[in-house]
Amino acid sequence: MTISWFGNSSRTFGRGVHPPEHKEQTAGLPIRRLPFPPLLIVPLSQHTGAPAVPIVRERQEVVRGEPIARAGGFVSVPMHAPATGVIDRIAPAPSVKGDLALAIFLKPYPSASQEILYGAPRDIEKMSPDELIQAVQDTGVVGLGGAAFPTHVKLKPPEGRRIDAVIVNGCECEPYLTTDHRVMAEQPAEVIHGARIVMKALGAERTIIGVEDNKPDAIAALERAVQGFDAITVQRVQARYPQGAEKILIQVLLDRQVPSGGLPADVGAAVFNVATLAQLGELLPRRQGLIERVVTITGPGVDKPGNYMAALGTPLRWALEQAAIRHDASSVILGGPMMGPAVASLDVPLTKGVTGVLVFSREDKQASRVYPCIRCAACVAACPLHLNPSRLGLLALKERYEEMELDFHLKDCFECGCCSYVCPSRIPLVQYFRLAKQVNRERKGKTDAGRGA
Amino acid sequence: MPAAAPEVELRSSPHLHTRRSVAMIMRHVIYALLPVAAAAVWFFGISALASLVTAVGVCVATENFLSRLAGRGSTVGDGSVVITGILLALTLPPGFPLWMTAVGAFVSVALGKMLFGGLGANAFNPALVGRAFLQAAFPSAITAYTPVLARNRFSEFIPATLTPPFLQPPPLDRWIAQARVDAFSGATPLMQWKFDGAATDPFALGLGAVAGSAGETSAVLIALCGCYLLVRKMADWRIPAAMLGSAALASLAFHAMNPARYPDALFTLLSGGLMLGAFFMATDMVASPVTPRGVWIYGSLMGLITVLIRNLGGLPEGVMYAILLGNAASPIIDSVTQPRVYGHGGRK
Repeated sequence: MTISWFGNSSRTFGRGVHPPEHKEQTAGLPIRRLPFPPLLIVPLSQHTGAPAVPIVRERQEVVRGEPIARAGGFVSVPMHAPATGVIDRIAPAPSVKGDLALAIFLKPYPSASQEILYGAPRDIEKMSPDELIQAVQDTGVVGLGGAAFPTHVKLKPPEGRRIDAVIVNGCECEPYLTTDHRVMAEQPAEVIHGARIVMKALGAERTIIGVEDNKPDAIAALERAVQGFDAITVQRVQARYPQGAEKILIQVLLDRQVPSGGLPADVGAAVFNVATLAQLGELLPRRQGLIERVVTITGPGVDKPGNYMAALGTPLRWALEQAAIRHDASSVILGGPMMGPAVASLDVPLTKGVTGVLVFSREDKQASRVYPCIRCAACVAACPLHLNPSRLGLLALKERYEEMELDFHLKDCFECGCCSYVCPSRIPLVQYFRLAKQVNRERKGKTDAGRGA
Repeated sequence: MPAAAPEVELRSSPHLHTRRSVAMIMRHVIYALLPVAAAAVWFFGISALASLVTAVGVCVATENFLSRLAGRGSTVGDGSVVITGILLALTLPPGFPLWMTAVGAFVSVALGKMLFGGLGANAFNPALVGRAFLQAAFPSAITAYTPVLARNRFSEFIPATLTPPFLQPPPLDRWIAQARVDAFSGATPLMQWKFDGAATDPFALGLGAVAGSAGETSAVLIALCGCYLLVRKMADWRIPAAMLGSAALASLAFHAMNPARYPDALFTLLSGGLMLGAFFMATDMVASPVTPRGVWIYGSLMGLITVLIRNLGGLPEGVMYAILLGNAASPIIDSVTQPRVYGHGGRK
């Protein structure tokens, strides 16, 4: 549990891994807009929580930025029209998870402009915290770092919890991804503005922006932008995976540990991704909604990698064609290579939680013979939570899932994948852990149901 | 515009993997052992070479046969069995009868490894299981040492080497008298200290120009090769650090109590099998703990036991038993040193 200080004054945590970054292909490329696809697919559930409820009819005309679905509860957000056009239908569409989920199909007009005319400015300085929280929900903004958790929910901490510190996550520790990097470099003022909004809503005293030291230009841009705001500081952290995991970043920047099973609010912290705050900072004062996001499309399977501003609902296939996907592309991953899921279909749309699209080609396939565990302890040395993946893996092989949870803290694992990454025997450790958690959940569900009946 | 690939492949994250593999780790351990084996051949000649070839050959053949018998296909490809063979040969006297070496090699792999389930499942270092068996089965042959740098070492075998199977080796006194380099009593530095109270020049101990097991004599060379492994992160540096450190501390204490009876720390570190054991056998990943604190306890325990056996026990050398005991203790060390998990009250 050491927090070490290195010569370059970057803070960090004790374990983790540092895979090859592969960020150089896209780190220097400015954000570019993708054209509208012929058909946008806007799923009603792009976030954690209840799906949004459509408020438009088929064949209705909508204007870019106009609300097309309202929040389906407190833990839910509205959706806005990503383009001016006509509602084609409201029907099930394939989702990233592999199932079908209700979505609004929108046909943009061929001449539709990317300018946003919808909205009316307002003065955030005159708004109360409760008004701000409502306004944040109205923007439809969710965690853009991948979790897609509604941002306004984080602004209402549980009863009795007070947030004193806001953490802004600009680590982007996943290899390949450069979304947050470009946002910080190009929109530092919006990030700071968003940070001020959440600070005001939470009544927090200070904000720390943590940025990995492999993004010096982003750090410089933010440091220029925070001048004059004494409550906001920029802190370099070491480029190390998973530096940007919520629990880890809280420990590194605040020297506090989120209790097992608890929330950041339990230690007085709230964590927001930089891209989330940049969108908030831009949209909220203009009374607009989230209709697009920056997506890094990269990997050996595309010829034109880049950081693209894509309308939400852009089909993956269309986006990949714009990035010149190669014929030998073999797997497509949403998010980073350490935690991102591979997609089953290219017909899924880009949604609020997609940070990047990573395309591997056939020659990247590695032979993967699995050897027995040789107890080398590489996984123990890599686990950022100080779990014992070696032992957990051996127990998983024996299907002793309950013991994994009771004695070896399986539930704390947030599936960062460091253990699988370092394992010289190529044992799919984190994959075993996912399975074990699922089995435990289902068993628990069964016993609960039995008790109810 | 190229059309998107029609088929995508479903894999589960993480999609990246380090280049390190089991076979790569084993290969580096073999590389690190090669200079030590070469030194053994230089010091003791073709007898040591024959011993190495026999041990490795029988170990590989045994694993090949038994893994196929178990219906898993040959598992020799990971290279770990080659290490077992080399280590076994290096811990035997240079003139050890080859047929006994072959028995030891068979026992190492069959009893010490395959019976447990092969790579990763063995509780003890397989080479040391074989050696412990040989020590019990052939107590006189395993303590019959011959002089280092004998003039005829490259032209003729030590007579005991070629003992026909199931026979005891001939006495070596005549051959030693004839091949002698200088006054040699047929005793290793540890035996000389234990039974005659005679110290050996630390310089000779460091270089390896002393009698002893084939690959254990040159402490400096072994330490250098071991450090290669530590630098390449193919072995846990904490294990040799803890084992050598605790052995040094323990012998310092003993020496301070009675300098005439107990050797100093330098002699302890440079003599016998301590270096080879600390760098190449105690670091056997399979039989050592996985927790960071456990590794320190494990290493220290082995260093301490080595010195206790050497100084208080009846045997001149204790490294083998120290490591086997350490191996035996490692599961319990693991259970009592589970790392403190984030968010479980370790620290606010």
